[in-house]
Amino acid sequence: MLFAVHVEVRLRAGIADPQGATIERSLPALGFVGVRDVRVGKSIRVVIESRDDLSARAAVDDMCTRFLTNPVIEDAVIVIVAAPVGAAV
Amino acid sequence: MAPRVGVLVFPGTNCEFDVIEAVSALGGEGTTLWHGDRTLGDVDAVVVPGGFAHGDYLRPGAIARFSPIMTAVADFANSGGPVVGICNGFQVLTEAGLLPGALQKNRGLKFLCQMTELVVAAADSTLTAGIAVGTRLRIPINHFEGNYTCSAETLSMLIADDRVVFRYADNPNGSINDIAGICSAERNVVGLMPHPERASSALLGSTDGALLLGSLLMTAATGERPAVAAVGA
Repeated sequence: MLFAVHVEVRLRAGIADPQGATIERSLPALGFVGVRDVRVGKSIRVVIESRDDLSARAAVDDMCTRFLTNPVIEDAVIVIVAAPVGAAV
Repeated sequence: MAPRVGVLVFPGTNCEFDVIEAVSALGGEGTTLWHGDRTLGDVDAVVVPGGFAHGDYLRPGAIARFSPIMTAVADFANSGGPVVGICNGFQVLTEAGLLPGALQKNRGLKFLCQMTELVVAAADSTLTAGIAVGTRLRIPINHFEGNYTCSAETLSMLIADDRVVFRYADNPNGSINDIAGICSAERNVVGLMPHPERASSALLGSTDGALLLGSLLMTAATGERPAVAAVGA
């Protein structure tokens, strides 16, 4: 079955996020006051063929650990957004 | 015989000929090594130079570490061979797990291209053999992701094991503990953000980088493996 999976790559707590900080500092100029904790991350979408959602999630989790994130500075939130998107092959 | 220095080339690498030029001026012999190759040939040292390997896609160094040549580099490093990563090369070595920690975006979110003053913090790495601790060197940086970070445990280990090789005299990028360069436990793998090859001629404003590359050539020529003296062949 095909599973659509969304990975949100986030900087770990405590890791400096100068992009987020710059956006946060800029927002008051547009009239948005009281905005805080702005963080910038990455959004990665994959479609993966897997026998069930558990194995799809396990495979993406392994991708994140070994490639999609640098565990020293980043972590990931994995969400299966559609399963299945196609019939069994 | 002149020590042979293999300089890796990934798509997007742009400092390989600067390194070869600087090494040649010091009596070494530089040769490029393509990232798709699986062997290093007959080299005495490896430099992973600066640039933007694979366009820095995903993260700097994240894709370069999967290149076929990196398996050979890891084998060479693990057998005690001298390996130096400069700037993007440092990022590649951390992503490859040959050095701990990671390089995050500079504090202040600016690409930095400027001369920096470094203080040598360890005198027995492959890049600082014979250079006294406390020696100050003027060597330029040129990076966006040069802000070294690591876990508290890793930082304690680096300091306890004397693996911080260079510190910035005036921290330009927010690096933890002012770290500009570190080495492996065996001291034969060194990564640093500043570019010694860009400080290797008076015309470039400093010759201090030549001291470091000279140390690398000396290590390469003698085949001495700092701190793993018992390893034969």
